[in-house]
Amino acid sequence: MALLKVISDRCTGCGLCVKECPYGAIEVVERVAVIKETCTDCGACIESCKFEALYIERRRPRQVCDPSQYQGVWVFIEHEEGRIAHVSLELLGKGGELAQALSAELCAMVLGNAIDPVVQEAFKFGAEKVYCVEDPMLEGYRTDPYVRAASHLVRTYKPEIILLGATTNGRDFAGALATELGTGLTADCTGLEIDPDRRLLIQTRPAFGGNIMATIICPDHRPQMATVRPKVMEMPEPSDSRQGTVIREGLPASEERMLTEILDFVPNAEEVNLADAQIIVSGGRGLGDPKNFELIRELAQVLGGAVGASRAAVDAGWISYPHQVGQTGRTVRPRVYFACGISGAIQHQAGMRTSDIIVAINKDPDAPIFDIATYGIVGDLFEIVPLLTEEFRKRLGR
Amino acid sequence: MHAVVCIKQVPDTTEVKIDSEKKTLIREGIPSVINPFDEYAIEEALLTKERLGGKVTVLTMGPPQAVEALRTALAMGVDEAILLSDKAFAGSDTLATSYTLSLAIRRLAPVDLIFCGKQAIDGDTGQVGPGIARRLGISQFTYVLKVKEIDLENGKIRVERLLEGGLQIVEGRLPALLTVVKDINQPRLPSILRIKRVKNVQIPTWTAEDIDAEPGMTGLDGSPTQVVKVFTPEKRRSGEILRGSPEAAAVQLVERLLEAKAV
Repeated sequence: MALLKVISDRCTGCGLCVKECPYGAIEVVERVAVIKETCTDCGACIESCKFEALYIERRRPRQVCDPSQYQGVWVFIEHEEGRIAHVSLELLGKGGELAQALSAELCAMVLGNAIDPVVQEAFKFGAEKVYCVEDPMLEGYRTDPYVRAASHLVRTYKPEIILLGATTNGRDFAGALATELGTGLTADCTGLEIDPDRRLLIQTRPAFGGNIMATIICPDHRPQMATVRPKVMEMPEPSDSRQGTVIREGLPASEERMLTEILDFVPNAEEVNLADAQIIVSGGRGLGDPKNFELIRELAQVLGGAVGASRAAVDAGWISYPHQVGQTGRTVRPRVYFACGISGAIQHQAGMRTSDIIVAINKDPDAPIFDIATYGIVGDLFEIVPLLTEEFRKRLGR
Repeated sequence: MHAVVCIKQVPDTTEVKIDSEKKTLIREGIPSVINPFDEYAIEEALLTKERLGGKVTVLTMGPPQAVEALRTALAMGVDEAILLSDKAFAGSDTLATSYTLSLAIRRLAPVDLIFCGKQAIDGDTGQVGPGIARRLGISQFTYVLKVKEIDLENGKIRVERLLEGGLQIVEGRLPALLTVVKDINQPRLPSILRIKRVKNVQIPTWTAEDIDAEPGMTGLDGSPTQVVKVFTPEKRRSGEILRGSPEAAAVQLVERLLEAKAV
């Protein structure tokens, strides 16, 4: 059956599409266009319709998918100007474990322009094969050409699993690619395991701000796709001696047909890459004044960490929104999270409760942040934070 | 200009409990609200309409009681609301949801802009927006912090996206789908007058048949992913309060963190 559909209550039976169709596959019956079996879904008629009554539904119901046709674990390597996102390397580590459990190959998918250094890094971090599409159109991430390139590779080489980093662009890409492929996608997995008998990826993820964990599978569709946040998986050890096979494909697209164009990028004035930070020092309402964020910045600087903030501090205009941690800001998972003058409302906890170590500094001993803190100091942050900065500076020789 | 906003009704808190026997969410007694990010999407659509004229339609897929979320949107000022509700939609994952919403949006054509929140606070996936854009074959801009320019005449839009390391300025063709972040605007409150006015407004409900959905593409049947287990995470062990003078407490903390090789 053709995928071309007629929205019958829009169709006026004017017959323009009948004239346009190169295959004679449309006829008008009782003032409504009817699609015949000879339709090839070429789409020539869609533009001709003045009433937007024709469209192609790309997904067939319950796509017939034979999982045994699909093999290998792929990791999407996100990179910008030659620098690879750490999460992609972490996923090569996890992907290697999954591939071993399946006795399958660990492969990387690299899309971009001038990508040789990225391909070499992927081998160093464990990829046995790298599938790539290299094209000037892929300079800088854009949804449209990346999905075209990736879906072409996936349809040709049929991986059973694809792992992607849950970065902003990674999520943009994963959601579009999974839809294009008509398969399942599980966001922000914190646990990935293999059921070797059914060759299933067992995906565990938090929901409802971390109050609930859900285990999810994708039994009948391939590839099984999952995104993982930065620093959830361990960084593997690189090895310079590793080599592998490179498989190249072209990009079946042209620039004129691309929907978007990147005009500019304005880097943050201050380092606020909370997602990648190992250490985050956050300030909240307890700071009382925007200039007191200086104390937070100094501690963050000594520790090489990033500066975060509670919603209260952002809403008060003390610091910009990209710093906000919590339900309506960013979700972070650093090695150490310092909450200074933050009471720890459930909405804030939703954004940081999975941090390895939580340090709470608050003068209110009943503040909810102490319920989830690994270490707590009840006291005045204006006294304690500078003491910490001084002590770390001394001990770390910075 | 015709803008469509896709919203979701969610529980009014992140404190959701699960029934440990049935492994289902206990939603009883928890009031439902519009997903917070979706309020920014509604506001942005309304601001766009104020600048360019036209109309705003709000759309949600959910159980019959989701009309309440639509009523709130109407009270904020949107022109029309449509509820997608059918047993056939139950159990949808993000793929099935984007299928259903995209069919409804096709019926609403012509549409210039589609606004969504960056993600819902219950599922936290952020996948439905990109899914809709892909199905409609239109431009997709996620994590939008600012709409810089909309040129209806030439069918173009320019936005700022909030990425980890900075702001990206992107231009693309209309129609376009935007998912928005919190800082994009300050959502208006529904006016008392409008709340009264929309109280008894009939909101149309569309079923699977109304949108010409293929059997097997919606709800549980159209969802490749399956939830096999739901459980509460291990509670964080209650921590250690470091006592003594501020100096002593600070030194203890530094030592603990150095011992743990955490810094």
